[in-house]
Amino acid sequence: MKPLLIKNGRVVDPASGLDDRRDLLVEDGQIAALDKKIEKPEAEVFDATDLVIAPGFIDLHTHLREPGNEGAETIASGARAAAAGGFTAVCAMPNTQPVNDSVLVTHYILGRAALAQGARVHPIGAVTKNSQGEELAELESMRAAGIVAVSDDGQPVWNSRVLRRALEYCAALGLLLIDHCEDRQLAAGGVMHEGPWSVRLGLHGIPALAEELPVARNVRLAALTGARVHIAHLSIGSGLEVVRRAKEQGLAVTCEVTPHHFTLTDEACRDYDPRFKMNPPLRSPDDVAALIAGLADGTVDAIATDHAPHSDTKKQTDFESAPFGVVGLETALAVALEKLYHPGKISLPRLVELLSANPARIVGVPGGKLSVGAPADITIFSLEKKWTYRAAEGWSKSHNSPFDGWSFRGGPVATIVGGNIVFRS
Amino acid sequence: MPARNTALPRLAGRHLLGIEPLAPEDIELILATAQKYQTRTPRAVRPVPRLDLLRGKTLVLAFFEASTRTRVSFEMAAQRLGMDVVNLALEASSVQKGESLLDTVKTLVAMRPDALVIRHRSSGVPHFLARHTDVPILNAGDGTHEHPTQALLDALTMRDHKGGLKGLRVAILGDILHSRVARSNIHLLSKFGARIALAGPPPLVPKDFERLAPSVTVHAGLEDALREADVVMILRVQLERLREPLFASPAEYARHYCLTPARLALAKPDAIVMHPGPFLRGIDIAGEVADSERSVIPDQVENGVAVRMALLELLAPPTAGLAPPAPESGKAGKKKK
Repeated sequence: MKPLLIKNGRVVDPASGLDDRRDLLVEDGQIAALDKKIEKPEAEVFDATDLVIAPGFIDLHTHLREPGNEGAETIASGARAAAAGGFTAVCAMPNTQPVNDSVLVTHYILGRAALAQGARVHPIGAVTKNSQGEELAELESMRAAGIVAVSDDGQPVWNSRVLRRALEYCAALGLLLIDHCEDRQLAAGGVMHEGPWSVRLGLHGIPALAEELPVARNVRLAALTGARVHIAHLSIGSGLEVVRRAKEQGLAVTCEVTPHHFTLTDEACRDYDPRFKMNPPLRSPDDVAALIAGLADGTVDAIATDHAPHSDTKKQTDFESAPFGVVGLETALAVALEKLYHPGKISLPRLVELLSANPARIVGVPGGKLSVGAPADITIFSLEKKWTYRAAEGWSKSHNSPFDGWSFRGGPVATIVGGNIVFRS
Repeated sequence: MPARNTALPRLAGRHLLGIEPLAPEDIELILATAQKYQTRTPRAVRPVPRLDLLRGKTLVLAFFEASTRTRVSFEMAAQRLGMDVVNLALEASSVQKGESLLDTVKTLVAMRPDALVIRHRSSGVPHFLARHTDVPILNAGDGTHEHPTQALLDALTMRDHKGGLKGLRVAILGDILHSRVARSNIHLLSKFGARIALAGPPPLVPKDFERLAPSVTVHAGLEDALREADVVMILRVQLERLREPLFASPAEYARHYCLTPARLALAKPDAIVMHPGPFLRGIDIAGEVADSERSVIPDQVENGVAVRMALLELLAPPTAGLAPPAPESGKAGKKKK
């Protein structure tokens, strides 16, 4: 394969503190050189003038629907959509059909991922069998087979005794546990955030407390077991406050926030459009402000998409009947630029940290930095290009995006995985 | 959009999805139109009208949730205007065969009705359907959201008995949380300057209702809300909508929240008593109150037909001359992008 020379881009690498104009040479799937001026006549040249070169983005929270619901998304289509969004790797949640609670399913996913052309796919295993929250899944065997974390996402690990046992394994295995925080009794029947809008719309609410209580429980269990706990899709200011205090106490607790949660509020549900229905739900303006503050001050560790594809048939129904979830891989970067970077809430190195360096560290996968010898997983993006996102024209098989039709300033330009350009706009 | 005879007064919107989006002028127009169809006012009893105004037009009643009064009221309204009525009890048909809501309604729309009346157990269903069809949709109750025709008939009844709505003190009592009647009434009354006091079992009257519209207050006890009321509106306990037991028993509910003569005595001496029905005698309203002179429940029922006639006239208006069937305007049935 020909070497690839990426010339004259603004290289932003939070791991080394670099934020300057550089040339970057890719050879044999690795970063071969990074310097002010590199000459390599036989190399293919990628002109990155006016573009940002960052370590490849890693999504900690992606739902690929394979196996089981390939009509909504496959591993191949999801990997493509991820690449189109600037992601060089995604962590696939285990709530497929069947659930990834065994080595068999883990192997199947890795086999399909090897055939996909796009982002790398790192499987996440279930904490419990069929994610029912009752009996532990094959944690150690799945770890050996290649899972990067465990989670019952879509469901909380509601049984605190089971969670404690799982965390004892995780501590010993150095395995991350990602919890979907939801008190199922408090949230029962809810379809949107509980507040003035749910009252107005006559829709049953999910109170903020239904999320805060399990966050607090998880922090205490992390302290008890010494395991690393990651809070999935944190959506409320009060939950973020719990994480902030846990970090001050030195506990191994991390958290992620989705683009839709730091951008949209519960008011978006006012027309009963199911494209704004997800779990956790869109919250209050105060919560959005708190999340943005957490993204800026370092309390939030990662931006993750919670990409949750659903076919048009499933989503084209009334709000109450529609399934929870929205797609997000192809808009995450653009939304983050729009809501966080352009308004000056966060710096560019911080943005890259949230999308790349921190996710790599949290799940312990290669990448997240642009050092010589590292795998050439690289995201190249523009801060200025004007474009409009049309979900129907996207790479995902599903179109259930709350950002359909939004116009953006800045977005992905090229995605390089293991030295191959897997996406180019 | 097909051209309409602009000489006729008309509503700003094509559908009646709720009271909240209506302008006061729209509501005035509906009530004024309803007045000519009224069969009973405090001053007169009039013969039942039999008209040809909407002859040749078809009204489809799509009730995805059981209903007797609202359905019969719409049927009578349509028949008194000469319309053909197609009555679909959808709880027992294609819905149970697994057809999607959208496909069911596309089939209904293909029958070329001039208006579609929808009732559904989920909030927002009429709004969803309105995005997929140009046929006028009349919301006959969506989940726990709105029941606009009920609020309109209530307003007509209150105006008849109290002269106007401005400054009126209206107590709405009972299960507010699950009540689409309460939400529609709150929006309507607030738009016309009435003061609305809410009370009921604490979990069924969330404080957030005060942010629903101006001049709404949530009260801790029934007594507090009843004081000085001009109108007392009782809501039925929506046992079928309770997802969890929110009070100990119907008897416990009745002890604290039933409108008894003693409680009614806290309201103004000339206060009227309303109930959207069906009422639970001895649980939400005492028999002697329901049967008393103060009760205007029969007026509400009669006004329901008049209001629905008015809405049919305004939303499925008589076509002037020989109008061709409205062409598919390209928007109908097409999915929103």
